[in-house]
Amino acid sequence: MHIKTAFLTAAAVAFASPAGAADAPTDPQIAHIAYTAGNIDIAAAKQALARTHNRAIRSFAQEMMRDHKAVNAKALALVKKLQVTPQDNPTSQGLSKDARATLQRLSHLSGAKYDRAYIDNEVAYHKTVNGALEMVLIPSAKNAQLKSLLQTGLTLFREHQAHAEQVAKALK
Amino acid sequence: MTKRLRLCPLWAASAGALLLVSFPATAAPRTFTVVIDKLKFGPLPAGLRKGDAIVWVNRDILKHSATAADHSFDADLPAGAKVRTVIRHSGAIPFVCRYHPGMHGTLQVK
Repeated sequence: MHIKTAFLTAAAVAFASPAGAADAPTDPQIAHIAYTAGNIDIAAAKQALARTHNRAIRSFAQEMMRDHKAVNAKALALVKKLQVTPQDNPTSQGLSKDARATLQRLSHLSGAKYDRAYIDNEVAYHKTVNGALEMVLIPSAKNAQLKSLLQTGLTLFREHQAHAEQVAKALK
Repeated sequence: MTKRLRLCPLWAASAGALLLVSFPATAAPRTFTVVIDKLKFGPLPAGLRKGDAIVWVNRDILKHSATAADHSFDADLPAGAKVRTVIRHSGAIPFVCRYHPGMHGTLQVK
């Protein structure tokens, strides 16, 4: 439980910029953050598929891999079309750092302990990313197409969060 | 010749009447469209009958499916795909997207 809390705190700090604040992220930064957030979940799904035999967990991880790859491919196509270069920033760096630590921690777990840690982290991660999309990234986005893609992402990630919560609840 | 010509419409009418009596009129199968957008199945057609078809249209950027719980149809729908399925039986047919369990619905078939 403390692991989840620690992650949530770190992620909340990473997404701290309120919409409309002077340090609100720019579109190139938002694109970078969204892409990074997707890649983090793809990496987590890859680890899950390599470590678990639980059918529900595998199915969920496959869903994460498939959907986040699709959204990131769309994001890449959009930034190319808009001729925007995603810009690295402290939020992306914070997310990546936390994700590396989480992957490292989970790499020492196996069986039911791994499954529980993975799915709890997925619930927490989607909750945090969804909050950030809703409160910071979508309101800060200037380009209409980027904003629309982020809104599609939010709809999708809410479904992911609900699915993760369902899997977590059913996990023995 | 004149007599035969005059009888023809009569024969045709009789044959038609016979057909109507022998084979009760059955409505032709119809085709309906259900659009998937933003991880939701759009409005489902009312008054579905066995033999009708549904064209599932995926407008999302993600892969979906329309999969009947009883396996009577299963449309795999990559992003942008359109797939036609036929309703094989009457009754309530629950269905789901097998990739996104939160997406589901129930067809009511007369």
